[in-house]
Amino acid sequence: MDLFEYQARDLFEAYGVPVLQGLIADTPEEARDAAAKIGGVVVVKAQVQVGGRGKAGGVKVVKSPEEAFEKASDILGLDIKGHVVKRVMIAQGASIEKEFYFSVLLDRSNRTFLSLCSVEGGMEIEQLAVERPDALAKIAVDAVEGITPEKALAIAKAGGFNDELAAKVAPVFVKLWNVFKSEDATLVEVNPLVLTTDGDIVALDGKVSLDENADFRHTDREEVSIAKVDPLEAKAKALGLNYVKLDGQVGVIGNGAGLVMSTLDVVAYAGEKHGGVKPANFLDIGGGASAEVMANGLDVILNDPQVKSVFVNVFGGITACDAVANGIVGALETLGASASKPLVVRLDGNNVVEGRRILAEYAHPLVTVVETMDEAADKAAELANK
Amino acid sequence: MSIFLDNNSRIIVQGMTGAEGMKHTRRMLAGGSNIVGGVNPRKAGETVDVDGTALPVFGTVAEAMAATGANVSVIFVPPAFAKSAIIEAIDAHIPLAVAITEGIPVHDTAEAWAYNVSKGEKTRLIGPNCPGIISPGKSNAGITPWDIAPAGPIGLVSKSGTLTYQMMFELRGIGISTAIGIGGDPVIGTTHIDALAAFEADPETKAIVLIGEIGGDSEEKAAAYIKANVTKPVVAYVAGFTAPEGKTMGHAGAIVSGSAGTAQAKKEAFEAAGVKVGKTPSETAALMREVYASL
Repeated sequence: MDLFEYQARDLFEAYGVPVLQGLIADTPEEARDAAAKIGGVVVVKAQVQVGGRGKAGGVKVVKSPEEAFEKASDILGLDIKGHVVKRVMIAQGASIEKEFYFSVLLDRSNRTFLSLCSVEGGMEIEQLAVERPDALAKIAVDAVEGITPEKALAIAKAGGFNDELAAKVAPVFVKLWNVFKSEDATLVEVNPLVLTTDGDIVALDGKVSLDENADFRHTDREEVSIAKVDPLEAKAKALGLNYVKLDGQVGVIGNGAGLVMSTLDVVAYAGEKHGGVKPANFLDIGGGASAEVMANGLDVILNDPQVKSVFVNVFGGITACDAVANGIVGALETLGASASKPLVVRLDGNNVVEGRRILAEYAHPLVTVVETMDEAADKAAELANK
Repeated sequence: MSIFLDNNSRIIVQGMTGAEGMKHTRRMLAGGSNIVGGVNPRKAGETVDVDGTALPVFGTVAEAMAATGANVSVIFVPPAFAKSAIIEAIDAHIPLAVAITEGIPVHDTAEAWAYNVSKGEKTRLIGPNCPGIISPGKSNAGITPWDIAPAGPIGLVSKSGTLTYQMMFELRGIGISTAIGIGGDPVIGTTHIDALAAFEADPETKAIVLIGEIGGDSEEKAAAYIKANVTKPVVAYVAGFTAPEGKTMGHAGAIVSGSAGTAQAKKEAFEAAGVKVGKTPSETAALMREVYASL
């Protein structure tokens, strides 16, 4: 889960990372009030989870509350690369002497954490990594030891900071590690970290990604309510389903993340022969495909107006195919007339003969049972193209 | 032969007395695995009857190993306690720990892994968030159905559970030496490369199927490793060509970030290493049958 800039700022503040004042505003009036409260020069910053907002007109420096009102009116509702701005942050202005870069992130390739650091900040880090790779230090961080004061100094020096500046930024690196560790983050990035003309170090913009697997120990976290959430995804989440909305016509239900991902691909290949139809969603019902879970899954998919056909692809492992077949029958009974789109079912594995027999006997007019995954994908694509 | 797991494997189950642990202990026993006990500090000293097999419960992994000679632990404990369970297994120097648990915070797994490295990697960790490992006809440590495919000459390594089952099923006519599900989390113990190295060294494994998916660079590294070190034929499959950027597809590790971790990049890496890549699981199995027939 990615946090918005203002959420990252608040988190930094809670851990003692130096930040400037920042207040959120959802209307131009709130923006004017926030600017008046902070006083002086402030920056109106669009809160969107996409890069390049400055170039898109999403960041404006203003000198008065009235001007904050004006610029917030322009920015709120702005579409930045498909992200509509619903909230702005009014941030205290800063007088910048120098800009730096610092981040700590999960390095899955090496099964550890990694700190990236450079005395040359301000530009996109991908750009710096390509144009001036020597200027970007990459230092492995041991997951148990973390970033100690000594480690922080070493990181700063590797990033090109002189002794005086390194001594100033190192304590901030330690605090940013505390954010990373204590909040179960997979990324904490500050770009830019700045030296002000007054000689202070300040985190001016931050990006934080949190590990949702660790939510159980962060029960006080606020919901990221203004994020763009698809209504079908919200419904699926409420039902405890692992669902991702995509932009196609063939609904997909399967068991196991890998098999479902594979099913999407097989549907897309099959679609090439049937008018270019594509998978409409990812939906993994997991190992226990009970009638209830199957009914919930079908309910979400059939409510997607884009869906023209549904492909149920199950490999019976722990859950036997007869249980899955009974789940499908139960789901169709529960849904009744609201099950209105053709279903192509492919069952294989544990107890497949009995599973297919149950569906054959039920003989629902919307259900077609097909033996292999490739043939079933072809049938589902064909039906979606009718 | 087989890799990592065989007739000599003596298995304990951490979290055996929980619902999932008990269900799968029963299944492993039914499939012929030599389960010798369980671990639960709150039930130490008790004996649990599992379908006629009396299994002792120990307070720690070390005690269980001392009493039973166990050399494999399968871990079913809930996410919040999984790090401690893995570290306990590492401290006991158990040769193989298989972490089935799904949903472990990545900081916990990274810490457990760093701990294992600091202790000299005396324990091979498989997973977490995986179906475990099975050497058909010999032993099964995890949740893979034990009767999908018979013993045979194909080694299989996969990030995904159900795709492992699917591929074993497709290749049931030839048979499997060992199938390892390495797990779909961002940080895992045993990697594709570890499995490839072991299959290369295993005289009974004649050919290898590798299943990958989007996210990370494990497949790209495996491709380079195959080119340099593997003489046995390898056929690969990669899931997730249609996955959009920035959306996690079920597994915590299955996410395309920018241009990194795409299925296309992984496929190209395999093909550049001379590895045939199937478009679908069925086509991959067909490629393997062809390769095997020509051996």
